[in-house]
Amino acid sequence: MQAFEYAAPSIKQQAVALLGNTWEDAAVFAGGTDLISSMKDNLLAPKRLVDIKGIKELGGIDFTPAAVRIGALVTLEQLLAHPRLGREYPGIIDAAAGVTSPQLRSRGTIAGDLCQRPRCWYYRAGFGLLAKDKDGKPLVPNGENRYHAILGNQGPAYFVNPSSLAPVLIAIGAKVRLYNGSSSRDVPLEQFFVTPKSDAERENVLKPNEIVTDIIIPAIPAGERLSATYEVRQKEALDWPLAAAAVALRMNGGRVQSARVVLGHVAPVPWGAPDAEKVLTGKRITADLAIEAGKESVHQANPLSKNAYKVQLARVAVKRALLRAAQGGA
Amino acid sequence: MPDYNWPEPDSAALVGKRISRVDGPAKVTGTAKYTYDVTRPGMLYAKVLRSPYAHCRIVSIDVSAAEKLPGVEAVYVVQGAGTEIHWQGDDIAAVAAVDEQTAEDAVQNIKVQYKQLAHLVQEEDLSKAGDRAKPAAEQVVGNPDEAFAAAEAVTVEGYYGTSVVTHCCLESHGFVAEWEGDTLTVYPSTQAVERLTGQFAEALKIPATNVHTMMQYVGGGFGSKFAVDRWGIAAAHLAKQTGKPVKLMLERAPEQMVAGNRPSVYAKVKIAAKPDGTLTAWESDSWSTGGMGGGGSPPMPYIWNFPHQRKRHTAVSINAGSARAWRAPNHPQGCYVTMCSIEDLAAKLKMDPLDLVLKNIALTGERSELYRQELLKAAELMEWKRRWHPRAQGSPGPVKQGLGLALHTWAGRGHAAECRITIHPDGYVEVSTCTQDIGTGTRTVIAIVAAETLGVPMEMVKLNIGDNHLPPGGSSGGSTTVGGVSSSTRRAAMDAREQLFARIASGLGTTAENLETVNGTVRVKNDPSKGFTWKQAAAKLGVNPVSAMGKNPDEAKGALTSSGVGGVQMADVSVDTETGVVRVNKMVAVQDCGLIVDMKTAESQVYGAMIMGIGYTLFEERVMDEITGRMLNPNMEFYKLAGLADTPEMVVHMWTDAEQQKRGVIGLGEPPTISPGAAIANAVANATGVRVPTLPLTPDKVLAALEKGGLA
Repeated sequence: MQAFEYAAPSIKQQAVALLGNTWEDAAVFAGGTDLISSMKDNLLAPKRLVDIKGIKELGGIDFTPAAVRIGALVTLEQLLAHPRLGREYPGIIDAAAGVTSPQLRSRGTIAGDLCQRPRCWYYRAGFGLLAKDKDGKPLVPNGENRYHAILGNQGPAYFVNPSSLAPVLIAIGAKVRLYNGSSSRDVPLEQFFVTPKSDAERENVLKPNEIVTDIIIPAIPAGERLSATYEVRQKEALDWPLAAAAVALRMNGGRVQSARVVLGHVAPVPWGAPDAEKVLTGKRITADLAIEAGKESVHQANPLSKNAYKVQLARVAVKRALLRAAQGGA
Repeated sequence: MPDYNWPEPDSAALVGKRISRVDGPAKVTGTAKYTYDVTRPGMLYAKVLRSPYAHCRIVSIDVSAAEKLPGVEAVYVVQGAGTEIHWQGDDIAAVAAVDEQTAEDAVQNIKVQYKQLAHLVQEEDLSKAGDRAKPAAEQVVGNPDEAFAAAEAVTVEGYYGTSVVTHCCLESHGFVAEWEGDTLTVYPSTQAVERLTGQFAEALKIPATNVHTMMQYVGGGFGSKFAVDRWGIAAAHLAKQTGKPVKLMLERAPEQMVAGNRPSVYAKVKIAAKPDGTLTAWESDSWSTGGMGGGGSPPMPYIWNFPHQRKRHTAVSINAGSARAWRAPNHPQGCYVTMCSIEDLAAKLKMDPLDLVLKNIALTGERSELYRQELLKAAELMEWKRRWHPRAQGSPGPVKQGLGLALHTWAGRGHAAECRITIHPDGYVEVSTCTQDIGTGTRTVIAIVAAETLGVPMEMVKLNIGDNHLPPGGSSGGSTTVGGVSSSTRRAAMDAREQLFARIASGLGTTAENLETVNGTVRVKNDPSKGFTWKQAAAKLGVNPVSAMGKNPDEAKGALTSSGVGGVQMADVSVDTETGVVRVNKMVAVQDCGLIVDMKTAESQVYGAMIMGIGYTLFEERVMDEITGRMLNPNMEFYKLAGLADTPEMVVHMWTDAEQQKRGVIGLGEPPTISPGAAIANAVANATGVRVPTLPLTPDKVLAALEKGGLA
């Protein structure tokens, strides 16, 4: 691990000023659950760590009539412990509870969950984010791809987005607020994530001199608060989902007025499923409809050599998330 | 001379009772010092450069840049230019530096040119093994052709396998090495404190008398920690080169890659029975790998002595870290293949597998009556007869429940051990033997035996273990330790007691043979009013303590251990047939192991074994990448272990009766980890109606088996 500077600013202007123009210059250090292990594994070697944990304005959960603001530093455990958030956005709670490690929940932050790097084992073994051999040939398509993407996987990226919270946050219309020292910009979370096309690109639009300051969620009128996340995990104890789905439903007279369905762990980005949403619109949620929506959500899936099973898991995740959300609404 | 035996259950104060482990508080409060915790004045830290390739030749190696790095004190080349490397992670060079980070940086500054060679890292597809596959001679018993051809024969064919799994010791392998002149002191993390003495002496060409090995606590071994290893020798060389103590502990990735694993097995099996379920014939084509050395055949058919058998086994040599003994070596694999095949036959015959194994129980040989009783007990604890259903005929809905069972055996005779017991004039008792407690409760067992024999509270017994200057106590392997050290301790304590009696009898107006120790007193038999408290009795020794040696075996002094244990396990699982996710709801273990010294630590062994079993059945797998030759999951993230939340209700029933009492103390650590694979996999087959052929039973495989359908 390369020696690095450590800075612990107390206001966000200072934090951004301490960042650099390239990713090698500096890294934002919050929970550190991914950053530190990436540095130990020689995947990242920033010259400076900017510890933002002491910046008070990056914490807190605030409700206003129009929106909920969740500070970047709010931990998964704090999300779980927030009663109002749980009542109004149960899908967030489902997702946070799916991180079954108490250590990760206590230490890991909401922005860290969104910004963590992929878990692709080729990437983690040093073969690069796009996982290529020394001749530039991709390793994933003919390699051990059981956990890799089944959608958006035409290459060169085959990894899956690792975020637990992104699918539900996208489903409920969240934006992420990015700050560069002089101004902030709000980016719809679904546009925050991008599929890198080259080694020079990353998995999101964050620039090296920006930080995530807040997650902004639009307020939802009472009675329309239907959301859920369902993760298929092999283990109950700490384990990454094999596939996940989040849904948010706006209801009108027992029928779906509009729906958002977003899959996790199936593509290099959280994967919206507009065809499933169309199927749901105007209908009552039934088991059969949920099954149909599940099918529609992955009908364009194109699995790799060893991950066809994930198509089935994604279908089931959508079905179960829908039924769960519908139950929560009554 | 006393009658060397074990106390009867009704007269025992401690033996067989539920006693908490004596080192529990030290472990949970952190005062127990493991090798990982050892620090010595001026100690350096060592890191190892490891091969990135599965198969290569070292063309050249240049350590000069590493040597020049500030803080680096020595570099030791383990395998130099010209060496052929056979697996990823093999040791190439080691660096000692003032701290771990500097050592790590120095390792990255070593320049090695490799010539990559063709590798093979996967063995399940035997057709790709080429000349790496080495078939052994066919073995035939009876007349299998005739038995399979019999008109009435009902046959079933299946494919079964278990992947390579790793030991996952919580404390990784490693050593602290320190020289004083020509004398080497080593703090190892090991299952074999005394055995390492000779290994270090031979490798370093020094007299064995110049090697001192010491270890108080070890964070798991499971069969992987019997050797000095290349990195242990490297640590000793670096310590010699620098004149300073050197600590070398493996990081998690090399721990998973090179510090041991359990061989795989894959087998195509055909078995036959008469229509009434009587087993007649077995035929298997199996293959396995244990790394470069290939892999031997596990015992198959396991436990069941089919009258007619044909077996062919092929060892496959691959470029991956070498196998080491893994808790009950070869038994889990043999049990898995055999018991799954028998369960599939039962399904074909439309028989309850419990009935089928009971019907054939005589094929298990001399243990058959005990197995029968254990099966019935396990069935009672699982409510098997009420709850079992034919395959796939359980609950409606996507989540299917099922039951499965398996049987196992192990030897476990107490190994050779010596022990010295000293009764000090202040009444404190010292027990000295070079054994080690690898987590099985060895410390507790020794203290119980000494305290029981001398009639003193356990708090008065002080143990000296984990030091090769003590009387030899043996390595902790094969579930032989508790039988060995409890027997040597018992004999030493009985002889020390005799000496004490001899020295104080006249003071009580009697002779030694009329004395006994009971509940903290030494008193005259049949006249309990005449006696001393233990402390008074010891005080009569004046300035000269009593000291006695005990050993095992010792033909002249009774048979305190024997061989052969077994058990039955049953599993209750739920399978989500939409996701392929398997959950174990409940496990029942009925286990015999002779006389039980401490019921609590004995049960604890069985609990731990079942949890480990759930791990290798549902989750654990060494994932090798054929393209890069790498292990892709050398971590605790994608090498998945069962966690607390994956641990089911567990019911442990230790088999205790007069017969087990008579057999003496026998080992227990390994046997209960044999059956879980087959019991759980059979429960999954019972739940879903399909056989998922290979472990681990991951969702992709479960879904594939469901899609394929059919019996096998």
